[in-house]
Amino acid sequence: MTRTALVIDDSASMRQMVTFTLSEAGFTTLEGADGQQGLSALGRAGKVDLIITDLNMPVMDGITFIRQARQLPICKFTPILMLTTESQEARKLEGKAAGATGWLVKPFDPEKLLQVIGKVVR
Amino acid sequence: MRIDVTRFRTAFFEEAVEHLATIERGLIELERSGGDAELMNEIFRSVHSIKGASGSFGLNDIAEFTHGFESVLDRLRQGQMRPDRALTTLLLRAADILSGLVRAAQGGGAPPAGVGEVRTELESLLSGSGGAKGPVPVREDGGHRKEGSRFRISFRPGRDLFRSGMDPLLLLRDLENLGTISDVELDRSELPALALLDAEACYLAWQLTLVTDQTESAVREVFTFVEDACRLEIVALPDQAGPVDLPAQVERRTPAAESSIRVATEKVDELINLVGELVIAQAMVSEIIDGFSLKRLGDLRAAIAAMARNTQELQARVLSVRMLPVAMVFNRFPRLVRDLAEHCGRVVRLEVLGEDTELDKGVIEKLGDPILHLVRNAIDHGIEAPEERLARGKPAEGRLRLAAYHEGGNVVIEVTDDGRGLDPQKIRAKALERGLVKPDETLTDDQLHALIMAPGFSTATAVTDVSGRGVGLDVVRQNVESLNGSVGIESRSGEGSTMRIRLPLTLAIVDGLALRVGGQTFIVPLLAIRESFRPRPADLKSVFGQGEIVLVRGEPLPLVRLHRQFGIGEAVTDPASGLVLVLSSEGTSVGILVDELLGQSQFVVKSLEQQYRRVDGVMGATILGDGRVALILDAPELARLALLREPERDALCVSGERA
Repeated sequence: MTRTALVIDDSASMRQMVTFTLSEAGFTTLEGADGQQGLSALGRAGKVDLIITDLNMPVMDGITFIRQARQLPICKFTPILMLTTESQEARKLEGKAAGATGWLVKPFDPEKLLQVIGKVVR
Repeated sequence: MRIDVTRFRTAFFEEAVEHLATIERGLIELERSGGDAELMNEIFRSVHSIKGASGSFGLNDIAEFTHGFESVLDRLRQGQMRPDRALTTLLLRAADILSGLVRAAQGGGAPPAGVGEVRTELESLLSGSGGAKGPVPVREDGGHRKEGSRFRISFRPGRDLFRSGMDPLLLLRDLENLGTISDVELDRSELPALALLDAEACYLAWQLTLVTDQTESAVREVFTFVEDACRLEIVALPDQAGPVDLPAQVERRTPAAESSIRVATEKVDELINLVGELVIAQAMVSEIIDGFSLKRLGDLRAAIAAMARNTQELQARVLSVRMLPVAMVFNRFPRLVRDLAEHCGRVVRLEVLGEDTELDKGVIEKLGDPILHLVRNAIDHGIEAPEERLARGKPAEGRLRLAAYHEGGNVVIEVTDDGRGLDPQKIRAKALERGLVKPDETLTDDQLHALIMAPGFSTATAVTDVSGRGVGLDVVRQNVESLNGSVGIESRSGEGSTMRIRLPLTLAIVDGLALRVGGQTFIVPLLAIRESFRPRPADLKSVFGQGEIVLVRGEPLPLVRLHRQFGIGEAVTDPASGLVLVLSSEGTSVGILVDELLGQSQFVVKSLEQQYRRVDGVMGATILGDGRVALILDAPELARLALLREPERDALCVSGERA
């Protein structure tokens, strides 16, 4: 059974890198360019095995997304990774409080990404 | 697994261009209005996005430069700096440098001049009030290694561990990746009676021994995500060696293709849905055909009709993939207008309307230059200097408006200024000098205005005193016409001008009506058709020197005989026994004489120019269902031909007349 991941980032190139890496690792991927699109993708897909979200996005930011996603029964235990930068230490804590499982510090490369994913997904 | 990150750079460069446009537009708006929190956030987000992505794709020059840029914007965003003219000018320079760095990274050229200078200026703004946190590290190093250490680890997760999406098993597996685990003890002392158990809470705890060549901090890092939600003790035990093998795979990929279109996810989803429906419809047809009897003819018709609907819908959606917002072109203008106005000593306020209007990608790409030309013209020749404006009773600030909107099957793009407008008399004088009009010719103001687009008419020295740049507006007209569009001018002396570019929505497909003339089939775009009727002999008049005229409810319209225009024999030559189709376009109407109407359909437009040559009154050709080629008529062109004087029209006829 293939696993599904949802990738939310307003930067298409970052989404491309993350989804490509994930698909190389055997994931089917869904994408959203902001939190709102992320929630509707979840609505369409039902359960996913992993969510990776950027924090700083237009329309709906990552923190709000994480908070709302955690309220959904299908996302109660889903690993959620947030993409942050070093300068966003406070945001990281905010994200954790909202229900994020872990984080990935930008800039990162595919190896680092896979390594962190390994921490939260079987 | 090893993935070459350079393959993602194409997408990065594409979005970087968009971000740069946002940054530039934002900074100009900031300078103009002081800006609000949302605007500053938007600018910040774009720079931030470029920084994050460039670092991840190994574009260190860009990542390093954006760092100081971002920090200054962050200060601005938090109200610790004020966006005065000096600061926005510096930020605009920084945006230029950033854009240069992106271009250099993309094209492999040299980095732009002044990188270090601007960076120092940005940094000096930051120093004294907290300073930047140094440049971003581009890659992270692996942990330090140390031969065979032994740790006793006690891990007691918080009750809410599962609710943050964490799985303790993964942490144990992660530890195992670092070395060898032994002496695992499960502590279930906290586990309550079944009746009291919360199935979603974590009650278990573990103690284990890990033999690894990693440092304690590397071991601790395994627990980074749960640090604040568990009790963790790691104690180093006396040394004992343990080898660790890390698997490494190498994978090489070729870089991605050069040109690409970014398509909204929703559009792709719609396409997939439609294809799904098409597959279902096709399955239905197959099913009916399999055990076909005449009784099921009705079902077959219905199934094929459903398939036709799907195909049509799919076609429309696939075409929409090529559609891009005009904002792609408009975005560069705020900055351009600012710089141009400054250069020409004008004060100009730019308004942009309808930037969401969508156009074919091919059209968008070729639209930049013509619009730029019109904008330059408006600022250079149209809008007056502030003193002059005040003297004429106008506000010192000139207004320039860029607008895009739909009208019929067209997209219209307007460049409007409230400057001095065109002076018909000066144009006339210039046109006389160039031999474009005859001295005894009477022309309306509109006709005179249109002359500035004529080849050989340079507006540069004629209409205003400002020196030109050698290229006339006829280039704009040629560019737009090559896109099957047209340019119109509306102007009032002293009040301003509007230049109107009218473009077809897409170049690929046209909704049309097929009609027959003799043995030939022609297509007329549906949008151009007003009505059709069979004229009575009394409705037809011949006007000396003006050709034939047909009266439509008393309105005289020029009549074009297609059989004569295209030299077709065996066609109906008596209008009273054929049909007249009334075509309207851009304010002019024309009647065309045809034998009969065949029916309405969609036609794929093929260029005639590429295969043959340009033919007056024809916009292209298409291939009919039976494989024959039909010409697609160009309604405005036909109307224009009809308005030409008789001898000129005869000269344009493809071959001789048959009465």
